[in-house]
Amino acid sequence: MTTTPTNLELKLARDEFVLTAEVCPPKGIDCSEFIKWSKGLSGVVDAINVTDNQGANMRISPLAASLILLREGVEPVFQVTCRDRNRLALQSDLLGAAALGIRNILVLTGDHISFGDHKEGKAVFDLDSIQLLDTLKVLEGGFDLSGKELAGIPSFFAGAAAAPEAEPFELTLYKLRKKAAAGAKFFQTQAVFRPEKMARFSEATAPIGIKVITGVLLLKSAAMARYINNNIPGLRVPDEIIAELEQAANPAETGVEIACRLAKALKPYSDGIHIMAMGREEVIPEIAQALK
Amino acid sequence: MIISRQKPFETILAALGDSRSVFIVGCAKCATVCKSGGEEEVWQMQEALTSAGREVTGSIIIDEACHMLRVSRDLRSKQQMVDDADALLVMACGAGIQSVSAAIPGKTLAALDSMFLGNIKRFGHFEQKCSLCGDCILTETAGICPVTACSKGLLNGPCGGMDEGRCETDPEVECAWAQIFVRMKESGDTLSLLNPSPPKNYSKVPKPGKLKLSK
Repeated sequence: MTTTPTNLELKLARDEFVLTAEVCPPKGIDCSEFIKWSKGLSGVVDAINVTDNQGANMRISPLAASLILLREGVEPVFQVTCRDRNRLALQSDLLGAAALGIRNILVLTGDHISFGDHKEGKAVFDLDSIQLLDTLKVLEGGFDLSGKELAGIPSFFAGAAAAPEAEPFELTLYKLRKKAAAGAKFFQTQAVFRPEKMARFSEATAPIGIKVITGVLLLKSAAMARYINNNIPGLRVPDEIIAELEQAANPAETGVEIACRLAKALKPYSDGIHIMAMGREEVIPEIAQALK
Repeated sequence: MIISRQKPFETILAALGDSRSVFIVGCAKCATVCKSGGEEEVWQMQEALTSAGREVTGSIIIDEACHMLRVSRDLRSKQQMVDDADALLVMACGAGIQSVSAAIPGKTLAALDSMFLGNIKRFGHFEQKCSLCGDCILTETAGICPVTACSKGLLNGPCGGMDEGRCETDPEVECAWAQIFVRMKESGDTLSLLNPSPPKNYSKVPKPGKLKLSK
């Protein structure tokens, strides 16, 4: 039941620029690759996001995977979606996280179940992201959602997602304001490809007073970009970037260049950068270097 | 109205198994409008079953198959045909099928899949607008139900998959919250989008639902 601030929390509080990265835990129980990549990044990034059945594809529990990282000395951000658990299971897992010393929580709605590998399953969505953020606050107040007292009071550093490029922006802004009001201390955004949209986002969210860690996605080919556009919710790679990858002699290398260029362009509007390397974690240090 | 569609004929035939003779029950209300269990469909079913070598002892179209007393009474009026049949094939919604299974001790088979409570957009075109959640919030959501129209049933605004006002599950589908936003804008009431909605109270309609009006 630690209330010691996390590294991520401390750095953001000190207005230091942060770096986070997303590492997908395994489908199965062999976590050796997951640990290898995460440990390799621990000197480069401030925290590692452990995804929760990402894209509705079943994988090892992010709570278990977060604890594995913590034991390896890597700071996790435990991602929690509303898709697979009802209010009892969500509260249980959050209490479990707090008892295990996992404080960084990223609260998400969760991609629709139809995108994943268990399309026939029943999606839950008993709570939504606002209600889940609120649940964290209720637990921190020493009670559960039914008003019953907790033995030992948990404490979290809660963040939420944002989609800076989504339209209509005015509508998403209402939800972002609600997320901040519900207790989100930071946003980790969806991948941003258009810095001008991030400028708009930054200006609009400044009065909310919340830290913004901007998402940068690493692409390796035009085919991958097209696949993402067709299959991953909330992501839209612009045509000019697809064309750039298409014309590249070495698209994987060009992908890294694009990620570095975007990270630099987005830095002025951000309190940090969140790198989604899509399985190419080895190039994260290169992107980190470009930001220095 | 309850929207239903017919199961594939092969499925119905397989479910009949060794039952050689069949009595068919249709419904004059929803299943008629959905063209899944009206007079015409019951007749077609009769033809198809006969061609497949089954004997059809008779049929009836009940005016509201969900009305349990009426189903009991109407089936009694065809007692002999019902008794002669090895199985009853019901071309009505799940409620109608169970009015029949409650009235008759024998084998009752479902010919339809019941899908949703639907609005009729135009002839043969149905849309789900209401999920019968027992806790209506339409007053707060500009007359558009996010419990139903949002593929995730979110109560506090769009998810991160919304773009250009479209749903992440299907770019042809409008995001429920984008629709609500447009309506609220028209009435100059977008600030209510900042009001947080608490978690839904699912204990309001325990399963199975039951309502008994006081006299």
